[in-house]
Amino acid sequence: MTRAGRRGASILVALAGLALLLFNFPLLLIWDQGRELFGLPMLPVALFLIWTGLILALAWFSETGLRAPRDSPLDPRWTPEDGPDDSDGAS
Amino acid sequence: MISPALVLAVSFGYLLLLFAIAAYGDRRARQGRSIIDNATIYALSWGVYCTAWTYFGSVGRAAFEGVWFLPIYLGPMVAMMLAWLVIRKMVRIARTYRITSIADFIASRYGKSPLLAALVTLLTVVGILPYIALQLKGVSAGLEVLTAGGHDANAAFWTDGTFYVALLLAVFSIIFGTRHLDLSERHEGLVAAVAFESAVKLAAFLAVGVFVTWGLFDGMGDIWRRAQDFPDVTDLLRLDSGGGSFRHVQWFSLIVLAGLSVLLLPRQFQVMVVECVDERHIRRAAWLFPLYLLLINIFVLPIAIGGLLIFGQGGTNPETFVLTLPLTQGAKWLALVVFVGGLSAVTGMLIVETVAVATMVCNDLVMPALLRSPGFALRSGGDLSLLLLNIRRVAILLVLMLGYLYFRIAGEAYALVSIGLISFAAVAQFAPALIGGIYWREATRGGALAGLIGGALVWAYTLMLPSVAKSGWIGSGFLDGPFGLSMLAPEALFGLHGFDNLTHSLFWSMAVNIGLFVVVSLARSPSARDASQALLFVDVFRSRADAPIFWRGHARLADLRALATRFLGHERAQTLFHSHAEALGLAETDLTADARLVDRVERQIAGAVGTASARVIVESVVQEEELTIADVAGILEEASQIRVYARELEEKSHSLLVATEELRSANEELKSLDQLKDDFMSSVTHELRTPLTSIRALAELMVDTPDMTEDERDEFTQIILSESERLGRLVNQVLDLAKIEAGMAEWQTADVDLRAVVLETLRATAELFRETDTELVSDLPDSVPVIRADHDRLVQVIMNLLSNAAKFVPATGGRVVVGLKQQGSRLVVSVRDNGPGVEVADQPGIFDKFRQAGDADTRPPGTGLGLPISREIVHNLGGEMWLDSVPGEGACFAFSLPLPNTGGEE
Repeated sequence: MTRAGRRGASILVALAGLALLLFNFPLLLIWDQGRELFGLPMLPVALFLIWTGLILALAWFSETGLRAPRDSPLDPRWTPEDGPDDSDGAS
Repeated sequence: MISPALVLAVSFGYLLLLFAIAAYGDRRARQGRSIIDNATIYALSWGVYCTAWTYFGSVGRAAFEGVWFLPIYLGPMVAMMLAWLVIRKMVRIARTYRITSIADFIASRYGKSPLLAALVTLLTVVGILPYIALQLKGVSAGLEVLTAGGHDANAAFWTDGTFYVALLLAVFSIIFGTRHLDLSERHEGLVAAVAFESAVKLAAFLAVGVFVTWGLFDGMGDIWRRAQDFPDVTDLLRLDSGGGSFRHVQWFSLIVLAGLSVLLLPRQFQVMVVECVDERHIRRAAWLFPLYLLLINIFVLPIAIGGLLIFGQGGTNPETFVLTLPLTQGAKWLALVVFVGGLSAVTGMLIVETVAVATMVCNDLVMPALLRSPGFALRSGGDLSLLLLNIRRVAILLVLMLGYLYFRIAGEAYALVSIGLISFAAVAQFAPALIGGIYWREATRGGALAGLIGGALVWAYTLMLPSVAKSGWIGSGFLDGPFGLSMLAPEALFGLHGFDNLTHSLFWSMAVNIGLFVVVSLARSPSARDASQALLFVDVFRSRADAPIFWRGHARLADLRALATRFLGHERAQTLFHSHAEALGLAETDLTADARLVDRVERQIAGAVGTASARVIVESVVQEEELTIADVAGILEEASQIRVYARELEEKSHSLLVATEELRSANEELKSLDQLKDDFMSSVTHELRTPLTSIRALAELMVDTPDMTEDERDEFTQIILSESERLGRLVNQVLDLAKIEAGMAEWQTADVDLRAVVLETLRATAELFRETDTELVSDLPDSVPVIRADHDRLVQVIMNLLSNAAKFVPATGGRVVVGLKQQGSRLVVSVRDNGPGVEVADQPGIFDKFRQAGDADTRPPGTGLGLPISREIVHNLGGEMWLDSVPGEGACFAFSLPLPNTGGEE
């Protein structure tokens, strides 16, 4: 796998870890204290805001950071009969 | 209330619209202009994750458990972060080996094991069938609410609208789900319809959300303020930490469960992997899909709490709030729209799920049985493709009708209400074998089998059977442990109390599943086929057209052709052999039944009947050698050797290419040098000819006129003399320049005081300036550091610049300034005149040979070699020469020379 591909993969794994962390205890308890935000209960508002933030992060990274690795254009309609293909990105 | 006739008419009208969309999608696909080749539509098709369980059930869950409905949608967010890695790999594997279902995927990874495929199929059917029933119940409940018809469990099924919906969906799935025999071909129309349904259900849910939030209340803040009077309701928006610390674990396990389900549910596998048109779409769908989930969940809490405020707790069933709220608050049409949205959620799920499950049932349960049955003589002729399609069609009908039957029998039972999460827990059992299988080479068939069986048994014992018991179908004493053994109580195994039953079951089943998977995998070395499939799966991104084929044996071309014809139909078999022959550049009759052809035929058949069955079928007509691990290693070695040769060849041709390029540029350089030389020669001859012509003309004149006066003769002789001198000078300069350029000039390097050199030159040229009445100003410092240079050459350069300046100053009021100064580690000499200056266009070429500023008529006499020689000299002394000139304001020629390196001394 290429260096760029490995880096992209690591960032995605890190983002998944971040999502798991933010969506779970104990960090959830920060929002669960009966307070209000914008006149609404804080816990659901915070959850939806975190969710939005994670979607934005993934969207930004997907649209700008994830290029098809290597200079050979990744042909997604690739079939084994078509011939060589050397693109990489996961694994 | 709305009249039943209208509701049914709208429902069937909507289903007909789906038929139209699907037909349009298929037609566009046949024309090669796919409408689903689009990341947004691909992402929308993933929305099949949201079923009736979401559409009606989320509000119900939220009304009972508050924010606890959310983890089911937060889990997919976590999973989608990894979509580009995991789903893309699954898509690539499925595409490469023509895998068409999740059972096929797992079986193929573990040595194409039919047993594993059957097991996965069985677990799927057991886990998913109730889920299908739940969808039908959603339709049925919706119909009841809208038409205010009571539920009559004993009514004959042919009076039941739900039955016809199920039947119509079966027809739809059969038409659009069994179009091609090759399952690895996409069902474009079906996907288009599903994507459309995702859009409809989202729009309908948002519509009812807006209606409740801003129509019935004054925004979300208003709902929250009014809820303050009901502590029970406001408590829904807290996490309820009263359940003990295990509540935290439950939240976590729900997220993990949902994250796994979104990858492993058969319908998700179908739309994400099998129906994927373009791997690059995953990149965008990965974030559009969580966005879809977020949008469809935004109004769940407002609707749930709004409903509780309006109807009071314990009034109307919260699962029907989305329908009852608009219906009772005077928005009947909205209620109908919402029902259509719910119908979308149901039908989308049912269509995809039945096609996926029917494929698995046909390929992994029916086919193996058929292949084994003695009546099904494999070697007898006949085209089987139609039979295969028909099996699949019957399977679709069977799955839907079984679902309907389940719904009729268990419509109101506990088992159905909780089935969503129970199904999720069932498919989560596939996770270790599947995800482990594509990243962990050492995973073996034995490990996968042991893990899957163990996990499934624990799941059934701790989750499914208790739900059955709670429905009253088996004695509730079962819940206290079989035979009164409380240690084995299914919801508190080994006395593990405090968990909710889902987390409890998930923990035990996953612990057993992963534990057995890892231990058994490591305990025994894999079989050759296991190991070879592991390599192909884990390294799928490294595979090429020349990927190793782990097969050795003998086959006859005629057998293969007959086999392909039987399972693929005559036409496709023809195409297969034809394109294979074409790829090898052979005539079709010259083909040999080698490993590559056998592999290709097997893959094609796998697309129709699944990899495990395809293996059995191909095995039956060829004589195979049983491979050993050593053989696998040998084949792999061979393949990597070939790859090394290929790479070497590639490198060689690359370096050849580079060398050719270098040669070409060297050739270009030589050509341009040759051109320069030609130009130089023609300039030199031209310059030589001018004085020579005048000398000859004068000499001839003197010879022809003997009676010339003494004065005339003297004058002519004088001109001849000066022209010869000019000729001599020119020849000397050409020789000089050639010598310097060729590096043959002799340099007398010594310590030189540049100030003294300038003064010496000024003295030598003073007479020249006096003659032309030009003012000569020197601007010199008192002393400058000594440099290493050639004294005579420096005099030559400065003299040249001065005589140049003298030529160009105006006839009266001419002024030349000679400067010398130290600039950093360089000495700079400049000669500034107040002549016409040099045109901007002429400046770049001013140092070229024979280039003189101005046109030939007005320019003063000169050889045109002075400046080039001066610059060569300065270059050779390690310096630079340049021109600063503003046209009309004079020119300033200057050169710099480096001071000797003082070696750090000051």
